[in-house]
Amino acid sequence: MIGIIDYGAGNVGNVRRALSQINRESVILDSVYGLCTGLIECLILPGVGSFRPAMENLHIRGWDRSLSEWISDDRPVLGICLGMQLLCEGSEEGGFTKGLGVFRGAVGKIPGPVKLPHVGWNTVNWVSDRLCREGRMGKVSHYYFVHSYALPACADTEGTSSLDGEIFTSVARRGRIVGFQFHPERSGSVGLELLSQTLEGMGV
Amino acid sequence: MLTKRIIPCLDVQEGRVVKGVRFRELRDAGDPAALAELYMKEGADELVFLDISASSAGRGTMLEWVETVADRLFIPFTVGGGISSAEQARDIVALGADKISLNTSAVTEPGLISRCAALLGSQAVVLAVDARRKSKSSWEVMIKGGSIETGIDLLSWVEHACSLGCGEILLTSMDSDGTLDGFDTECIEAVSSSVPVPVIASGGAGNTLHFLEAFLAGADAALAASVFHFGTIRIGALKKDLDALSIPVRILEDD
Repeated sequence: MIGIIDYGAGNVGNVRRALSQINRESVILDSVYGLCTGLIECLILPGVGSFRPAMENLHIRGWDRSLSEWISDDRPVLGICLGMQLLCEGSEEGGFTKGLGVFRGAVGKIPGPVKLPHVGWNTVNWVSDRLCREGRMGKVSHYYFVHSYALPACADTEGTSSLDGEIFTSVARRGRIVGFQFHPERSGSVGLELLSQTLEGMGV
Repeated sequence: MLTKRIIPCLDVQEGRVVKGVRFRELRDAGDPAALAELYMKEGADELVFLDISASSAGRGTMLEWVETVADRLFIPFTVGGGISSAEQARDIVALGADKISLNTSAVTEPGLISRCAALLGSQAVVLAVDARRKSKSSWEVMIKGGSIETGIDLLSWVEHACSLGCGEILLTSMDSDGTLDGFDTECIEAVSSSVPVPVIASGGAGNTLHFLEAFLAGADAALAASVFHFGTIRIGALKKDLDALSIPVRILEDD
């Protein structure tokens, strides 16, 4: 069973619909007590909005502590969009705020004279093929992005994307923790396929 | 590379998709969720639904069809038409819509843009604006489906709306809409160069070259209705043509 963390930031419903489409059972967790059943084998941290209030929401609901314990037990987490950013060391959005500290880098505003938010379908350049089997590495696939802040390329970068020449991390991975800056659940059949393969790759 | 988006627009009345040329003569075209899925499979990058019954009766149906669309659509969609409070916007997003669009209500109450942005984030707030040309380089904002003049200058309005927190502009030229003679490229260029957010061009698409012109004028996305609904233009073929013309577009892998 996959647990989708509902901490008041983002559309958990669409993540759940996507999981159901790829025949994965899921449950929406509106409190950390949902972990007590022992049925949850993977957590998804979704999210749209701003980093600081989202981090505060995680803290108020006790998710920051539960997630840290979960992660130190080497259990899988998938962060999507803001959820991926929350897994980083921190973000400069709204003044520097500390994150969950998994991915080794801090999130910053995408620099340069570009239109923000970065909205639309963009490509991912895979740095490794650990997450994408069957030759996805050589294939040009588009995924749906909506964000203004991003993680620069770092030690955990698995895939990058670029906007007006600015390169940032669009896929991050450290152990069984994976982050997508884009929305696989809104990226059509290609996104659903990636979601399915990623969960398998995470051992879920 | 970020691609240019192709967006079919569906007008919904009492839960059914209808299409009017110049917002009049309506013709039934079916079930919103079924059509949405069809467009997703054809390669649409996003969908926009405008509930044209929303401002009068039939608003109650919105909550039903938005959810049925969300159940079958795995690409982003925007819902607009008659949204007059941030709570209503939040409810629509909670049902599965990715964005909401505000038009008349944003003009009569600009604070609504800020309230929706605070509640949902700017990325979920699209300002839809209907513009009518006043001179070579100025346009006026029209409201209530393009039927009422406001005397408000288009460029100052879109700049103000961006400062209030809208994350995208859906720009419809009332002069071009329904003509199939091409987008108002001067209007697109003027708006696109005055705002820091993406611009979706709408009104006048009749052939592939019109889309090319809109993108060259600075549009980040182009929206059309009748040419897609009546099959005059097929999205897959349109994207292949645009790709051949060096416009970056997303072409489905199995195409």
